[in-house]
Amino acid sequence: MENYDPITQEILAELEKAAPGHVITGADVNPDYSRDEMPIYGTRMPDVTIDVQSTEEVAAVMKICYEHNIPVTTRGAGTGLVGGCTPVCGGVVLCTMRMNKILSYDLENFAVTVQSGVLLQQLAEDALKHGCMYPPDPGEKMATLGGNVATNAGGMRAVKYGATRDYVRAMTVVLPTGEITHFGATVSKTSSGYSLLNLMIGSEGTLGIITELTLKLIPAPQATVSLMAPFEELAVCISAVPKFFMKHFRPQALEFFEKEILISSEEYLGKQVFPRKIDGTDVGAYLLVTFDGESMDELNSIVESASEMLLEEGALDVLVADTAPKLKDIWATRSSFLEGIEEQTKLLDECDVVVPVNKIASYVAYVNEIKQNYNFEVKYFGHAGDGNLHIYTCSTEMEEAEFKKQVDQFLSTLYQKTIELGGQISGEHGIGYGKVHFLENALGPVNMELMRGIKKVFDPKMILNPGKVCMDLMRKGE
Amino acid sequence: MNILVCVKQVPDTNEIKIDPVTNTLVRDGVPSIVNPFDGYALEAAARIKDDAPDTKIVVLSMGPQQAENALRECLAIAADKAYLVTDRAFGGSDTLATSYILSKSIAKVEELEGVKFDAIFCGKQAIDGDTAQVGPEIAEHLGYPQVTYALEVKSAADGLHVYREAEDGKEVIGVQMPCLVTFTKPSFDPRFPTIKRKMAARKAQITQLTAAELTNIDPAHAGLKGSPTKVKRTYVPPRKEAGFVVKEETTEASAQKLYGLLNKAHVI
Repeated sequence: MENYDPITQEILAELEKAAPGHVITGADVNPDYSRDEMPIYGTRMPDVTIDVQSTEEVAAVMKICYEHNIPVTTRGAGTGLVGGCTPVCGGVVLCTMRMNKILSYDLENFAVTVQSGVLLQQLAEDALKHGCMYPPDPGEKMATLGGNVATNAGGMRAVKYGATRDYVRAMTVVLPTGEITHFGATVSKTSSGYSLLNLMIGSEGTLGIITELTLKLIPAPQATVSLMAPFEELAVCISAVPKFFMKHFRPQALEFFEKEILISSEEYLGKQVFPRKIDGTDVGAYLLVTFDGESMDELNSIVESASEMLLEEGALDVLVADTAPKLKDIWATRSSFLEGIEEQTKLLDECDVVVPVNKIASYVAYVNEIKQNYNFEVKYFGHAGDGNLHIYTCSTEMEEAEFKKQVDQFLSTLYQKTIELGGQISGEHGIGYGKVHFLENALGPVNMELMRGIKKVFDPKMILNPGKVCMDLMRKGE
Repeated sequence: MNILVCVKQVPDTNEIKIDPVTNTLVRDGVPSIVNPFDGYALEAAARIKDDAPDTKIVVLSMGPQQAENALRECLAIAADKAYLVTDRAFGGSDTLATSYILSKSIAKVEELEGVKFDAIFCGKQAIDGDTAQVGPEIAEHLGYPQVTYALEVKSAADGLHVYREAEDGKEVIGVQMPCLVTFTKPSFDPRFPTIKRKMAARKAQITQLTAAELTNIDPAHAGLKGSPTKVKRTYVPPRKEAGFVVKEETTEASAQKLYGLLNKAHVI
């Protein structure tokens, strides 16, 4: 365990001077700041929380914490799934939620500059008013953009448009020392030294604190159609996925899920949207695909060819959503899978492995095979189009210690299989605190040492988000 | 069983724009949808057809050419045939003229299809005009019994059993056919169109009925001329402030506080 110094009254007074009126201590600290959405990885109350309002304020706070050797954990909306913003060593939590201003649009260069606490939904809606789309579309719309960048969040449109990384042009960063610096530029290419910008993306708050972001936008597509294809069996459903790419259909989103997970989401929302039977046959699994383009005329032929292919591949039918209310209904249901699961279970853990697209079917078969060996229930769904699977372990009856033990074993086995198939242990959620001990196995000692070296260059005193990604608190000499 | 569903294409917005000169709706530039209540009426017809596949569902709309899109959507969802009543002479019709034209059009469609409709289904009201008059007025023109605010309808030997929304629950009303039923929002939405229906709907022939075909219509009762309603002024009502509850520890204290507030506001 790292040795950090306690926050004395003198230090507290300094912090109060650096961020007047925004420093909260003791019993006034909001218990939400002790965790993200995965309390199973442990919770810890911070000593101090600061709802920062500006880059300068963050810099002033960091200077004090650096000087006094105090751990600092940055937090956005706390919607993470790997304990990434849990202050596992206590100290200070910096919350960016009040840095929520969209600063400016540069419509000639299709870029927008925002403070890092702006919510994904806030930007998505605002960009549309300017005729633009911000393509990354993670399921959690209430996450901050700073959090999205820190985890390189993916989401449903990644299959066509890529993940958050592909939309970050530039950023303002406060380093652990309190220095303010800028990475990147509003340009579409660069060959100007190591990409510190890309190093920050996906660094989960361990290298620096992102305070402002310049993000790339695209012209908003004028037409959107979703197709829902119910299948009797999951295996048949998944085997249709690679065909979308082989036939150049370019879907914007391509998701698969089983009926059980759909039902829990529909029950959570109190509205049945998807049919559960087609001509008397029980539906076992669904493929959901979205196409976007400049006009309905352009999309009609793609929609018809894709539907024909789906029917040939064994879909029971193909249903069309091309009106605003229908599109909203089906995607709201899809976006509430996690909430549906959370509501129905006491103990919950998850992983979000990513495998090559043509390996999904065999991976899912493997999950189904090994899940028999455990006492918890296994539920999963996935971004079929990019091989990213969300696998949940759920139990309401098991003892927590036994649950954790079994899940650890289950995940180790799953990650092993992921590596064998040429995949990665996290597609979009990150490593955070919960998956640290799995990363070394996946990446090997050479790569881990490189990561730790980078961490030390950015954060020599190791005060920023300790215990996360490549910094294992259980290891000696760190 | 033969069912005719009346549908209206409406602007998809709460901010209805009104032409300040003619005091009628401006439709340009606003995305259009099938009036949601008409969608529920169509779904109710589709559910009857699920149980009795030989049921015929015909949709009828009155409006400009672009209302064809709404009819194609209905064909994709469940309808077998679609008719569009469209003529400049019918423009500016109020609810009385509209219901008159529709009732005469229904007779014309019956003639063209060679059937007699057992039931006419309508949405309870259109979300742009919100009058809830056209459905009931069609029933009056046709001399049919009517049931309003239906949630669900079941076909029975003695007619239709209509599950109707009431203040304190549901009531079931039996009605003989032919009849007219207007629908409110049930707990379910209209079904998704299948790709096959969608493709067929895109290519489907939609029969247009103009004043030239509708010789049974008296021009004096149609369009602006046939509309006794005179619109003086239309406006978007101001948003009302939310109310609040006066709840003190005792009833007396609540009454006293309420009296104080009303007195201060010079109400009493």
